[in-house]
Amino acid sequence: MTTHTTDKQATVSLVEAKARTIRTRIINMLGAAGSGHPGGSLSAADIVATLYFHEMNYNAAEPRWPGRDRFVLSKGHAAPVLYAALAESGYFPREDLATLRKIDSHLQGHPDMNKTPGVEISTGSLGMGFSAAVGMALGLKIDKSESRVYTLIGDGESQEGIIWEAGMFAAQHKLDNLVGIVDYNNLQIDGHVSDIVDIRPVAAKWSAFGWHTIEIDGHKVEQIIGALNEAKSIKGKPTMIIANTVKGKNVTFMEGQVDFHGKAPSKDEVAQACGEIEASGPLG
Amino acid sequence: MSEKRATREAYGETLIELGRANPNIVVLEADLAKSTTTIKFKKEFPDRFFDCGVAEQNMMAMAAGLATTGKICFTGSFAMFATGRAFEQVRNTIAYPSLNVKICPTHAGITVGADGGSHQTIEDIALMRVIPGMTVIVPADYYEAKKAIAKAAEIDGPVYVRLGRATLPMIFDEDYDFVPGKAIVLKQGTDVTIFATGIMVSSSLVAAENLAKAGISAEVINISTIKPLDDNAIIESAVKTGRVVVAEEHSIIGGLGSAVAELLCEKHPVPVARVGIKDVFGRSGEPAELLKYYGLTDEDISQAAKGLLGK
Repeated sequence: MTTHTTDKQATVSLVEAKARTIRTRIINMLGAAGSGHPGGSLSAADIVATLYFHEMNYNAAEPRWPGRDRFVLSKGHAAPVLYAALAESGYFPREDLATLRKIDSHLQGHPDMNKTPGVEISTGSLGMGFSAAVGMALGLKIDKSESRVYTLIGDGESQEGIIWEAGMFAAQHKLDNLVGIVDYNNLQIDGHVSDIVDIRPVAAKWSAFGWHTIEIDGHKVEQIIGALNEAKSIKGKPTMIIANTVKGKNVTFMEGQVDFHGKAPSKDEVAQACGEIEASGPLG
Repeated sequence: MSEKRATREAYGETLIELGRANPNIVVLEADLAKSTTTIKFKKEFPDRFFDCGVAEQNMMAMAAGLATTGKICFTGSFAMFATGRAFEQVRNTIAYPSLNVKICPTHAGITVGADGGSHQTIEDIALMRVIPGMTVIVPADYYEAKKAIAKAAEIDGPVYVRLGRATLPMIFDEDYDFVPGKAIVLKQGTDVTIFATGIMVSSSLVAAENLAKAGISAEVINISTIKPLDDNAIIESAVKTGRVVVAEEHSIIGGLGSAVAELLCEKHPVPVARVGIKDVFGRSGEPAELLKYYGLTDEDISQAAKGLLGK
């Protein structure tokens, strides 16, 4: 089980330190792999760190413990951020991270529930993880479980029709045990989301689809915690947190750079990136 | 063979039986509950029935999520949409992680009838058969459909059961013991083997009777499980007769005809004739008219057999 500290500032500091550690691990594992998706992993690091080191109940020694909360990384290409969080949470040894994308590794290019402990469902094809998370929330409701389901979707991913099919279903069935989070970094492979097929006004869209919506800065841990707390107080509808983020966050040469959506850093870039992250505060 | 029933009628009825025996049975539908007969389950178990509306892709991926919480999820809709529109959800979110979801759509094949080519899937067996780990079952009558649906719930992993709208003669009865992966020899013969699946099984039995009158001894084998295929039974019969006709209400590309041809090419090459839809789309019409139009009658099967015998 995770230990939740009661002191607010201490909690924020702990999560921030974990987020920095997750960022260095993302950089190192992508450097070792030679391919993968740094931009969208770094933009989600603070959100994922808050979920694993503050919000969720789980037991790394018993990954399928029925009473756990579930996290579904619907934007499965950000697998490195999930793997880093799982390793830091004790699901598997940190040394495994260096095997990312290798032939005999349990760390696939996109998350595989049957290979990696702690992965709730295999994702990678966009939109489907979100829909599966709705199915999980429904299954937990049928069983009158107290467990909650958290799912992270991309802004580009929000162009998939299935996102909105699942969104309508979740509202229809009042799945208040479900929290969606949009990692809104406004970049997708081919450019700015707003230049390709704009999803704005995304909060108004989710609101119109029957969801409670909260807009936050997705890099401010205090705001992430606040939104997750607010979501728990909302009954009779699911909550969508619109987290405004920066792609490649905390690595200056990656921030806002579409080229780092799906390009691994070189050896020199790894060193520079890790240096910047470590200079920004203590690791956790 | 007096009473005729459609394989889809077995669906709702069997789901009720499964639902009574197992509280983890959950049924998802995509706005076709009356047509697929899942409405019967809805009436008895409203808390375990979820209508997803006209959103088949979401239905399939949600079913995968439900499966991770221990539910055995049966998904409805028409075969065209369950396997075609939602193909990638079935492939990536159900089958890739090997989740316990049953795909049992109805209205497969051209015997959908008047709705026409947009609704007549002739590709579904091919689409499901190519997915690793997918069990593919095509029942030949109402009773086999009942047994296959019940058995699907016992298999831990994804299963496709192809159901139809057309009423069919009874071949089996309540006592029939359906074993997944096992071919059933319905009639012994020595001159030619007819491997048939689905609605073509009863026509193949009629064809075999007519062939007997012409002095040709045809063996009829029901291949209800197309994957995993009963390799041994197929090779054994091909060795015995030396000639093979394959009959299915599906494209000649990718279905049972392909599966049998692939196997025999490698293991025991013999002349093979495929009776099926010849790489064209369907059209509106009465089922009987369509079967004649596309060459899927007992007479077409007989002709194929005679052709192999040079008669």
